[in-house]
Amino acid sequence: MARFRLILCACAVLMLVAGCGGKDDNTAETTHQQQGALAAFEGLSGTVNIAGGTAHIPVMEKAARAIMTAYPGITITVAGGGSGVGAQKVGEGLVEIGNTGRPLSQEEIDNYGLVSFPFAVDGVCAVVHPDNPVGELSSEQLQKAFAGEITSWKDLGGADAPIHLFSRDEASGTRKVFWKKGLNKGAIAEGANIVASNGAMKTAVSQDPQALGYVSVGHLDASLKAPSLDGVEVTQANAASGVYPVTRKLFMNTKGQPTGLTRAFIDFVTGPEGAVFVQESGYIPLGK
Amino acid sequence: MAAAAAWMTAAAVVAVLLFLVASAWPLLASGRILTAWTGGWHPYAQPPSYGVGPMILVSVLMAAGAVTVAFPLALGLAAFAHGVGPRPLRRPVQGLVRLMAGIPTVVYGFVAVMVLVPFMRHSFAGTTGFGLLPAILTLSLLILPTMVLVIDARLGRQDQAWVVACRSLGMNHSQALERVLLPRARAGLVAAAVLGISRALGDTLVALMVAGNAAQAPGGWLDSVRSLTAHIALVLATDTFSPEYRSVAAAGLFLFLLTGGITLLIRRLAAGGEA
Repeated sequence: MARFRLILCACAVLMLVAGCGGKDDNTAETTHQQQGALAAFEGLSGTVNIAGGTAHIPVMEKAARAIMTAYPGITITVAGGGSGVGAQKVGEGLVEIGNTGRPLSQEEIDNYGLVSFPFAVDGVCAVVHPDNPVGELSSEQLQKAFAGEITSWKDLGGADAPIHLFSRDEASGTRKVFWKKGLNKGAIAEGANIVASNGAMKTAVSQDPQALGYVSVGHLDASLKAPSLDGVEVTQANAASGVYPVTRKLFMNTKGQPTGLTRAFIDFVTGPEGAVFVQESGYIPLGK
Repeated sequence: MAAAAAWMTAAAVVAVLLFLVASAWPLLASGRILTAWTGGWHPYAQPPSYGVGPMILVSVLMAAGAVTVAFPLALGLAAFAHGVGPRPLRRPVQGLVRLMAGIPTVVYGFVAVMVLVPFMRHSFAGTTGFGLLPAILTLSLLILPTMVLVIDARLGRQDQAWVVACRSLGMNHSQALERVLLPRARAGLVAAAVLGISRALGDTLVALMVAGNAAQAPGGWLDSVRSLTAHIALVLATDTFSPEYRSVAAAGLFLFLLTGGITLLIRRLAAGGEA
């Protein structure tokens, strides 16, 4: 009974919100669309466990919240761990969906029989502390800085202070794409500090005025600054059009073809309703 | 009941060892385990190398450093609580140490990242603040209460007759502790050191959060370094079929043997001393 009253209240608030402001047409349409897509969950119940890539989490959580609010009989859990953990856990049957920020390796596909569902494009960009005056970098400067050949911000147009390098762990999908496309497979100095998630990178770089690191573009906010790369501004629009080249796809993976609730969840995320959540999370939906 | 518990525990330890040996078997059988233990970590180089040598060195340095810092402090705190300190302060100090022992590791790590790391960064120009020294300092704080409690319990268990005898000989508290009570509590001191080393060697979170995790042999106390435990935590998340993943077995086996070896060695030394 209490829950019913809560939902009633929530509906009333939603109607109020939808009723005011000039953009009400748009909002009402989105809400309507989501209700339409959510109808696919009618009559389904059970649990979907999701683990893996940390870049995926905002999208997964938004989708899970929408579905669980509409259908209390459905439970969706979202955990991180990184791309490697995602492939591993879904392969071993510990979760229904394992997220990766990189395509699966041939071994993972062969050994586990995994099937991939790409749903978004994400950029990966170099980041510095917001107080750092350096606003643009060339590919060559970026490569040399990460290789440890340029060691002072002075040589990049900044203060006369050493560069503090931050990189990601061996299992990181973000590291893989940044290394491949941002650094052109160049070396990363062995003395670089290693952090274990996009969130930890954000904490480390936003605390250290001399830091140079890299994050998924979806994690950019006021606590970080992304210098332009070869004169191209780092925005999701530029990543979508391909002008900004350091991008990757975000994947959901299942062991074999998904069925039932898992199938419904994947259809929801890859569909037009999921695209809204993808966009809200700072990524580019894969057009359908 | 007690026998069942003992057998189960022993079986679990043996099972862990067997699992580690089985996981590392491809390396052991081909004799590459030595290369895995001594080589460097260059997974992106051509040709790649997946050795955990630098991490072994770092784990040993970290544990030794933490115990070196914490042991005198633990001894001092235990002595304080057993007669050296002013009476009204003894019990509050003991309570404080018990409280410290109950604080979760992640809290020490978090406070170190927020307070100690920026402090190190400002104090030593050219460093990121993450590194071997801040990890040692945080670890020493982490293992300190365990060590104090072990020494404290040992001192508290001693026969009051010894205390009375010391007093009747005209010794004050400090003299009694230094000349009689601490030497008699030798086994307790050794136990405290063993526990401290084991905890420091086995701790993962503090090393992962504070040491910087660069897989390089340390050139100095302020360098960013990676412990064996942090290495396992970081690499465990990689593709299960990758060569990086296989190094976890080598790292785990070494850690197991190292901890076991140190415990046996110190117990042997202590037993030899008491005989």
